[in-house]
Amino acid sequence: MTEHFKMDAPATDRRLDDMAQGLVGAPLDRPEGPLKVSGTATYANEWQVDGMVHGVMVRAPTNSGRIVLSNRDEVANLPGVLSVIQDERLLRNPAQGTANQAPVQGAQHAAYVGQLIAVVVAESFEQARHAAQSLQVVLENGELMPVDPVTAAVEAQEDQALDQGDLEGAITGAAHSVDVTYTTPSHSSSPMEPHASIASWDGDDLTLRGSYQMLKYNRNELADALGVHPDRVRIISPYVGGGFGSKLGLAPEAVAAAIAAKELGRPVSVALQRQQVYEATMRRSETSQRVRLAADAEGRLNGLGHDARVSNLPGETFAEPVLQASHFLYAGENRQMSMELARLHRLCAGSVRAPGEAVGVTVLENAMDELAHEAGIDPVELRLRNIPEKDPESGKEFSSRRFRDALESGARAFGWSKRPGVMERREGEWLIGYGMASAARINVLMDSQARVALQPDGRARVETDMTDIGTGTYAILGQIAGEMLGLPRDRIDVVLGDTDLPPAAGSGGSWGATSSGTSVYVACQAIRRQLAERLEVEEQDLLLKDGRVTYANQTKALGDVLQGDEIVKLGYVQPGDTSEAVRQATFGAYFAEVAVHAASGETRVRRMHGSFAAGRILNAKTARSQCIGGMTFGIGMALTEELAFDPRDGHVANHNLAEYHIPVNADVPQLTVELLEERDDWASPLQAKGIGELGICGAAAAITNGIFNATGVRVRDYPATLDKVITGM
Amino acid sequence: MRPFEYIRAQNPNDATQSAADGAIIIAGGTNLLDLMKLEVMAPDALIDINHLELNQIEETENGGLRIGALVTNSELANDIRVRRNWPVLSRALLAGASGQLRNKATTGGNLLQRTRCLYFYDRAMACNKREPGSGCAAREGFNRILAVLGTSEHCIATHPSDMAVAMRALGAEVETLKEGGTTRRLDLDELYLLPGDRPDRETVLEPGELITAVVLPAPVEGRQTYRKVRDRASYAFALVSVAGILKIEDGRITRADLAFGGLAPKPWRDTQVEAILVGNRPTEELFEQAADQLLAEAQGLGDNDFKLPLARRTLVSVLTELTQEARI
Repeated sequence: MTEHFKMDAPATDRRLDDMAQGLVGAPLDRPEGPLKVSGTATYANEWQVDGMVHGVMVRAPTNSGRIVLSNRDEVANLPGVLSVIQDERLLRNPAQGTANQAPVQGAQHAAYVGQLIAVVVAESFEQARHAAQSLQVVLENGELMPVDPVTAAVEAQEDQALDQGDLEGAITGAAHSVDVTYTTPSHSSSPMEPHASIASWDGDDLTLRGSYQMLKYNRNELADALGVHPDRVRIISPYVGGGFGSKLGLAPEAVAAAIAAKELGRPVSVALQRQQVYEATMRRSETSQRVRLAADAEGRLNGLGHDARVSNLPGETFAEPVLQASHFLYAGENRQMSMELARLHRLCAGSVRAPGEAVGVTVLENAMDELAHEAGIDPVELRLRNIPEKDPESGKEFSSRRFRDALESGARAFGWSKRPGVMERREGEWLIGYGMASAARINVLMDSQARVALQPDGRARVETDMTDIGTGTYAILGQIAGEMLGLPRDRIDVVLGDTDLPPAAGSGGSWGATSSGTSVYVACQAIRRQLAERLEVEEQDLLLKDGRVTYANQTKALGDVLQGDEIVKLGYVQPGDTSEAVRQATFGAYFAEVAVHAASGETRVRRMHGSFAAGRILNAKTARSQCIGGMTFGIGMALTEELAFDPRDGHVANHNLAEYHIPVNADVPQLTVELLEERDDWASPLQAKGIGELGICGAAAAITNGIFNATGVRVRDYPATLDKVITGM
Repeated sequence: MRPFEYIRAQNPNDATQSAADGAIIIAGGTNLLDLMKLEVMAPDALIDINHLELNQIEETENGGLRIGALVTNSELANDIRVRRNWPVLSRALLAGASGQLRNKATTGGNLLQRTRCLYFYDRAMACNKREPGSGCAAREGFNRILAVLGTSEHCIATHPSDMAVAMRALGAEVETLKEGGTTRRLDLDELYLLPGDRPDRETVLEPGELITAVVLPAPVEGRQTYRKVRDRASYAFALVSVAGILKIEDGRITRADLAFGGLAPKPWRDTQVEAILVGNRPTEELFEQAADQLLAEAQGLGDNDFKLPLARRTLVSVLTELTQEARI
């Protein structure tokens, strides 16, 4: 009953275009939306499990040394307290996305301020919190470890180095060149829902209600951390209140809840406090990026260099993949790239909102703007002149790539031709500028499985452990199944977020919709073939619509074809040769109008537009929302967001939503999004590509380039807060 | 949060009695409850004054306004008299917090909110305000949002209120009730203390003393504005703010009431700045002189150095705005 599909050749049949139900692409509402806005979708920490008690985790107050809980007995005797647990299996930091095994563990030594080194469990949450706050954590033999990425020791990442042609020579002979270094700060995912888990054991079987993005990996990570077999672990995560990368890998609270629940023989709930979300989940690494560009008199690139320094904790291999899109976005035969990883004792660095391109494309796009200004070429025109014919390093063809169209169409939609000259336009005390930037993000297909059951009553059920982190999975999987099986959307039930269901790719890396959607498509194709067999026709000759089957000039109700039978198929997609045969990516362009206050240096984005191409759009509403979300985070990256670290011990100083400045409504103007129609046969049989992260991959540069247009000030140290703007004014 | 006793005040004297006995007064609770959850404040008892009749806005005999301590920030900002006659106050209120917080926060509570210094909120860090004598971790830490005027070596916290800055410019006074029933009036300069060597003492209010109202003097002629400069457009504390009331007659400034937020441990007012302006024609040079005076003693500690040029630019910009018509 398993239907395997390996993506070894382009899917030129474009079967979705042959279907009649009209669901795929339609801007349908998310079916779980009303539950979420009415408070009836049950999030991880909202379950009321019989006999449940509460755990609150305890942080390390400094960044090295052996941890001693000096008043442990006293705290253990506080009212309601059941246990003070300092277990060697507690996680030092969360698992990286797709790690599939436990990260570094241990609660005896601190590696960074905020590391969660114990959990205090009590009958009530308030008792547990008070007890946790009363616990005195003393560090023995500790000395402050390095926390500054500028002075910390670095490790060159040889596997990321590139040396093609002669960049130095190209720069020397260039008509126009730039050599600029930009820095970006650490960012926090800042999901609204804190990381939370409720663990319940039934004998040796563990059920964890959690808030996670990639359940099949999370199950293995949790089992590995606890030292139990993965078959003993079930994770349930039907609703996730935002993840943005911070819930890709297993986080400390899950292991703490599981250990405590086992010890006490009662279900235990552990939710991270807001401060702990900032201190002990994942940060995006700060980056220092040098970009060198060499161009001829017409602005055609013949050299491109990108050298980055990022950081992480000792022992962590993740290095923010800053260079990812620099490899293919622009032409230039002489290319040089390198990456350094600084080792320091800030919280763990991992995937946060489009790791790599979010900051990498942004800085590349700032450098392109500097080159456009230097060469006196319109920034859009400069990019158009530098779209490479083939991948400039591997020589591979691109799959679908409406990059040129996005630039041109976006410029028209925005009114780019009215761009003022630098410091030319002023309205009262506000200086007005336009900026633009390109968008690019790699496209990935991952292993994913889904079971689809076509039921005798003409309904269908889709089951997979895929998650919906607010992105629209419930909506689109139902749309794909309905399209393929000819059923209205309200006759499809989509069940997600349970490791008892077939393992999916999970939500992350923008691959969730395409990968899990393809598994549903594959299962539905198998169901269609079985229906065709029953009717003794070819699958291509079936027309399924509104619960009826039309074939060979006949029409029947689905129920009459099924005759009481249920058809169940497991769709299983795997990436194949097309991943390597061509360069696959998504593209776009951003345009922003900004106003900078001449006295205070405050920047307000007045309007912003994005044109994007990401293959077939599965749901025009959820796709647009993803892009708007990305552009909003782009505003944050450009203007407000920065994890502020204390220079002495590296603790996160601004560890709450009041002081870590995510853009609020007043910061976000009307955002317009254009989704360009596209089919990418190389990406998946859906001809769809990932769109989840595309909206942030360069967005901030459109704004900071706009600040330059308005003021003549280049802020090369993100975010462009007012103090940096007025310094140049 | 530690367990605490909850007492509901039946009348104002009841409240002052409990407060004199050590209870902390709670009104909107928008700041106090956060502090209690973090155990930065851990009172044994709370005395709840929300049911007292302190929620009226009344006109005073001399044309001013008496604002009950429990009037919410939203009610006060939207009061038609305030909007018409004391617009700087309405603007300041609306520049603060978020709609939800303003619906809950009260006039008295707003005046007495605690600093937003990040080190004050972090019990792992030394803080003389939280724990006298423990030191100040903020001085050499991340001090971007902290004060450049009126500080001491013991504390560089800012007072976070926008409302209080406007009230300071307006010359508002608080009315208080002490234990035993005596009342007094204090202007905001008298109310707030500078940190000196006891940053834990923030006001002159005695144990048990309850703010019952804020009294605004009669409206004055002139233009008013509140300019708040901040890191994001809403829900962010002021980096620098200026409340200004300015009157021009025959081309000369005849009134200049200016108060500043984001710079100091209390809503800042410097009469010498105003003295430089009054009697003179509005020119950019004059405004720069006023800024020189404002910042004569100002001192940054690194991350907050930018507040000096920012305060200068903002003051000049506000004065320019308030004198624009006269200069055309």
